[in-house]
Amino acid sequence: MHDHNNIWILAEQRDGRVLRVSHELITRGRDLAAKRGGELTAAIFGNAIDAADLQGLIDRGCDRVIAMEAEALEHFLVEPFARCLQRLIESRKPEILLAAATTTGRTLLPYVAIKVNAGLTADCTVLDIEDETGNLLQTRPAIGGNILATIKTPNHRPQMATVRPRSTKPAPVLAERRSGVIERLPAPADLLDSRITRTGFEPLDETTRLEDADRVVCCGRGIKKGENLSLIEDLAEQLDAAVGATRDVVDRGWLSYPHQIGLSGKTVAPAVYLGAGVSGSIQHLAGMQTAETIIVINSDPEAQLFRVADIGIVASLFDVLPVLTKTLRAAKE
Amino acid sequence: MIHLDGSVIMTAMRIVVPIKQVPETNAVRMDEETGTMIREGVEAVVNPLDLYAIEAALQRREACGEGKIIALSMGPPKAAIALREAIAMGLDSGVLLSDTRFAGADTWATSYVLAAAIRKLGEVDLILCGERATDGDTGQVGPGIAAWLDLPVATYVGGIAGFADGVLTCRRLVEGGHELLDVQLPAVVTVVKEVAAPRLPTLRGKQRSRQSDIPTCSADDLDVEESNLGLAGSPTRVVKIFRPSVARQCETLRPRDESELAEACDRIVEFLQHKELV
Repeated sequence: MHDHNNIWILAEQRDGRVLRVSHELITRGRDLAAKRGGELTAAIFGNAIDAADLQGLIDRGCDRVIAMEAEALEHFLVEPFARCLQRLIESRKPEILLAAATTTGRTLLPYVAIKVNAGLTADCTVLDIEDETGNLLQTRPAIGGNILATIKTPNHRPQMATVRPRSTKPAPVLAERRSGVIERLPAPADLLDSRITRTGFEPLDETTRLEDADRVVCCGRGIKKGENLSLIEDLAEQLDAAVGATRDVVDRGWLSYPHQIGLSGKTVAPAVYLGAGVSGSIQHLAGMQTAETIIVINSDPEAQLFRVADIGIVASLFDVLPVLTKTLRAAKE
Repeated sequence: MIHLDGSVIMTAMRIVVPIKQVPETNAVRMDEETGTMIREGVEAVVNPLDLYAIEAALQRREACGEGKIIALSMGPPKAAIALREAIAMGLDSGVLLSDTRFAGADTWATSYVLAAAIRKLGEVDLILCGERATDGDTGQVGPGIAAWLDLPVATYVGGIAGFADGVLTCRRLVEGGHELLDVQLPAVVTVVKEVAAPRLPTLRGKQRSRQSDIPTCSADDLDVEESNLGLAGSPTRVVKIFRPSVARQCETLRPRDESELAEACDRIVEFLQHKELV
């Protein structure tokens, strides 16, 4: 197992530009490399990836970047991505491989883990190195965030994990000039067949892009009817926030499913989450309790959301939201 | 029908829905020594996210006019109850994969056994899974089954638009939008809630489920290697389980009139400014 000595991250791109989650993984990777030793390598798949962005991976702390490129790799398709990643793992033998727990990472890594006979831990929020063994310690929430479990992979390599987006800060460009190797490789043509074809893409509007959002304003059943959504939307606009919803709101048809936060919806971890008229069921908490800051507005002082909040107002959202929106607007001017 | 190797084409679809029985309550107890869940004494239900896969399967069968849907579950003997619930919703049959040697399996070893069972079922067009189970929360078993069977997998599917010439047209919910995908069958598809609203079991369905025979498969019935099963076959080990510490102290504002309300809103804005969010 001695030839497995590198820490790898799987960087992601969209339209040839490297995504922020990749820089978050560099933060994780550098931290582990400091404890474990070894090089930090970023692997990335795509087509005509921006050269400055690849250099940016070096500037932020990677020692090596391996970019495998082909037209067929422009968008994520599980089979060609998995074959390329498997080829790299088998030829370069990383000891640790981290990917973001995005729709891509959470599809690609479980597929590849089987192909390369490796252990995989999903959606980790804390990563560390075990002193005695050098094994990766992977901590993740389970059962809707009610427990945390620490998991290790003693005998299989690479040790693979997906890491929850926004669970750490993106690595900044380092002050000192760094040298690193960028390998741009054409993807082998025999790896690129796919039984899935991507025929189009329908973007969600900005306010629905919850997983990229740094700020989220979420409404619960307390808004009483769909027409009252404008109160939420006005506040979201002032805060430059995406709009989230509880299951109740989605099931009543007031907002569409891509807005839903919670156990059967999305998990968000924004810098600030503001819940208005949200009671805070266990199922909803599972999707938002790792937010950095939590603000609550609810007329019921017993609402569960107060228990995980940093600051809250006990009052009707119909009274609070117009005033809060106005105060925010004034503060920005 | 399409054989796993791509040969033989007919019209009726054969669909497999792997389901998991999960604890209903949030008061789940853990075995501190093995780090696995203690399932005894906890109310168990079909994983709520699997209900969307069951519904999507029923709608596919209805769209095709005919077909067979088989539910599979790996678990203790009482997981047969989950299979009966799936049959009550309208699935045709259920197979329980139960063996003490399967116990303690992680997602690698679980997908291994499920894939072996699907292989044994023979011709299968579509494997429909829930996005993840609400207890383990990994979402790794669906893609894992696809990898073992060397099938394509479309995850996070929020809509199935149609099926023609062996190709399933899907909408996949990803960051920032929906991808439109043509998925060549056989394939694994994992679905999210927006794919369909699950129906309730009918009285007739419940009667049928009570009368259904649920065959049990052990490791001996499957073409599996003993060393790949259960805890022994699992690459990952749980080393510690603990409760997250909630360190937050909520500053609660209780305005009694309009001026106090304005003050409370000022305080929120000040709070945001302090955090450099405004």
